[in-house]
Amino acid sequence: MTQVLTANRLDDGRVVFLTPGGDWSPVLNDARTAHEPVSAAALSQAGEQAEANSTVVGPYLIEVTQADGGIRAKAIREAIRASGPTIQAGHN
Amino acid sequence: MYRYDEFDHQLVAERAAQFRKQVDRRLDGKLTEDQFKPLRLMNGLYLQLHAYMLRVNVPYGVLSSRQLRKLADIARRYDRGYGHFTTRQNIQYNWISLEETPDILAELAQVEMNAMQSSGNCVRNITADPFAGRARDEIEDPRVWCELIRQYSILNPEFAYLPRKFKIAVTGAPNDRAAVGVHDIGLRMHHDARGRPGFEVLVGGGQGRTPVIGKTIRDWIEPEEILAYIEAILRVYNMHGRRDNIYKARIKILVNALGIDKFREMVDAEWQAIRGQGLTVPEAEQARIAEYFQPPAWASLRDIDAELDTQAAVDPAFGAWLKSNVSEHKAAGYAIVSLSLKAPGREPGDLSADKMDAVATLADLYSLGELRVTHRQNLVLTDVRQADLKELFRELVRLELATPNIGLLTDMIACPGLDYCALANARSIPVAQDISRHFTAVDKLQEIGALSVNISGCMNACGHHHVGNIGILGVDKKGQEFFQITLGGSSDQNATLGDRLGPALPQAEVPGAIESIVDQYLALRDSDSEPFLATYRRVGIEPFKTAVYGEEPVRRVA
Amino acid sequence: MALIRNAALAADPYIELGDTGALPSQDPVLVSLEQWQQWRDELVAHPAPVGVRLTSEQHPEAIAADLEHLDLVALEFPSFRDGRAYSYARLLRDRYAYTGELRAVGDVLFDQLLYMHRVGFDAFEVSGDDPLGDYEDAVGEFGVVYQPAGDDRIPALRLRHARV
Repeated sequence: MTQVLTANRLDDGRVVFLTPGGDWSPVLNDARTAHEPVSAAALSQAGEQAEANSTVVGPYLIEVTQADGGIRAKAIREAIRASGPTIQAGHN
Repeated sequence: MYRYDEFDHQLVAERAAQFRKQVDRRLDGKLTEDQFKPLRLMNGLYLQLHAYMLRVNVPYGVLSSRQLRKLADIARRYDRGYGHFTTRQNIQYNWISLEETPDILAELAQVEMNAMQSSGNCVRNITADPFAGRARDEIEDPRVWCELIRQYSILNPEFAYLPRKFKIAVTGAPNDRAAVGVHDIGLRMHHDARGRPGFEVLVGGGQGRTPVIGKTIRDWIEPEEILAYIEAILRVYNMHGRRDNIYKARIKILVNALGIDKFREMVDAEWQAIRGQGLTVPEAEQARIAEYFQPPAWASLRDIDAELDTQAAVDPAFGAWLKSNVSEHKAAGYAIVSLSLKAPGREPGDLSADKMDAVATLADLYSLGELRVTHRQNLVLTDVRQADLKELFRELVRLELATPNIGLLTDMIACPGLDYCALANARSIPVAQDISRHFTAVDKLQEIGALSVNISGCMNACGHHHVGNIGILGVDKKGQEFFQITLGGSSDQNATLGDRLGPALPQAEVPGAIESIVDQYLALRDSDSEPFLATYRRVGIEPFKTAVYGEEPVRRVA
Repeated sequence: MALIRNAALAADPYIELGDTGALPSQDPVLVSLEQWQQWRDELVAHPAPVGVRLTSEQHPEAIAADLEHLDLVALEFPSFRDGRAYSYARLLRDRYAYTGELRAVGDVLFDQLLYMHRVGFDAFEVSGDDPLGDYEDAVGEFGVVYQPAGDDRIPALRLRHARV
């Protein structure tokens, strides 16, 4: 199972992913991937630290797949969270 | 409409200043998220799927053109150019930054708006009949009392940490357009045997996981005592509501557990101890607020039905719109006009900033500057001269706000759903869009007649699916979005909860299922004038089960 | 932990009665509801002030008839989200006419101090670097209130018509 860590940025609420460099990017493809429990735990720990120093809120791990050089979230909810509402701009 | 005096302005400003400090302390790490979250919620800010979502109060659904322009401005400058009108008559912005929220609140205060207690475990926005003060069927205009209850509940120190949220709705008309039967407290103004106006008080209604129709706790109470009575209810709830399980914490659970008689006893005992004292509304304050809700200076006109009929004959599109989107006004020669925010393929209840500005201008030109927000996520122009209807219609057509579907099948309620909401199991907006694209033919909509379709993306029921004539509930079936249909719900004065039709359907099959249900209704109704709900109540659910799940499904593949 | 009482920092003279049940001979003592019910006669006769500490599950009607014997009622907030004690405080002040020290204990944080003060608490067990400064900031944050509560602040309702 491949996982990445996601959270919301505290100051603007945007969805972000923990990168290999240790910072947070709104782009899922930038995320640091963990392929087994030990590295996943390391992600979680980095998330807890970022929450403790008021960078992000509510970090958690999500399952992803990797294909064609890109990362995709497995669950519909996480996919929508990563890429935005699925509706065409259809406001009245 | 109500205008802030110096006390209102000061309170809103002090609240905004308080929140600014709380935000700073949060950003500095002096407040944990756990400590900050209720404070943030009580200032209207949710952390949602994509960003912070800000819910701005529209008290009892009344809005001025000036306020609508500010809402447009905020959408443009702090959000992505649109807002969403909700089932509690509020407006929501989906892309808000925490850092900017104090500035947004300061701007809202300039036009006498705020986000106080629009979320959190406290008393929320007081909602009301969107036609209050204007409808021909109205017994008493409830808005004076809405404003008094609003002020009573805002920053009330005793009730900021209730077991759960608390929602109050008020109607002054026998035709309940405010869904009071499914609120924690529902108030119905009516006259007692002596002709005195007062409130019937309903308690313990609600939707969500365990929907309940509210029960009458008191048949009639004089309006001057309503704040004391509400305090008694809130106090009993605050002390005795469950706090061990957030899914069992609403007042409806307490009322069910105690039984309405025992609950009434407890409330009455509390009320007897506090009545006639500090919460009895003084006449002077009643009169002060009532001034703001005096009818506008309507011109002395007459109804022009014949002229409108002639115009409708010449222009059937105008005629269709007249029939569905225009309602009777209490003043002769005037009309109440509903703006449909349900154009085919559009996001229900959303309105772009540009269109908000355009609607504000229309309100100034045609409606004495006043609008309403409805719990069905539409807008209303309250005071349109019948003689101006044709012209207004053309303007609304240009803005795509004249879809002739108010109260008809495609006037769907849809919660934001999984496209926006962290709580959702499924997306509700695409379902609504699909259905609306299936049913564009105006004459078909009119043939079907009055029909409410309500869509919720999860069991929290923000889309009011339990009380839709047809309810659609999004569920998660092994990671896929499925939809459960209910039939026979109603949110009016004979409020009813819908009945489950059968197993949940995949999204692609939903529009077809709706078609089958509608076809079955048309086949079974005893006349053209028997509405869906009446037919359903007469024939029961079996014929509709057969239509959707039967051997030879009536539904056509999309 | 600091104690603020009547808008000033104060030392807490009360000793909490432990499980041994041995009453200190001359000191003010704070007991649980169960201890009050069990040792009522001794506590009534105690030569120093007596206080009762209620959990958020314990409705103050349990001590309403005994308030004349109590100088302190402490109401617990197990979590700042548990708002029952706000109503208990209102009842103690308004219904049961309690005039002694009403103390908020437990998860008592800055952002709830004003509401606690409004419903009738006059003592607060708080933490922080500058508890008194915080307290003064908190209770001074609003000059306008909309509704009557357990305090002396006059609601806008009345002020509006007083000036005529």
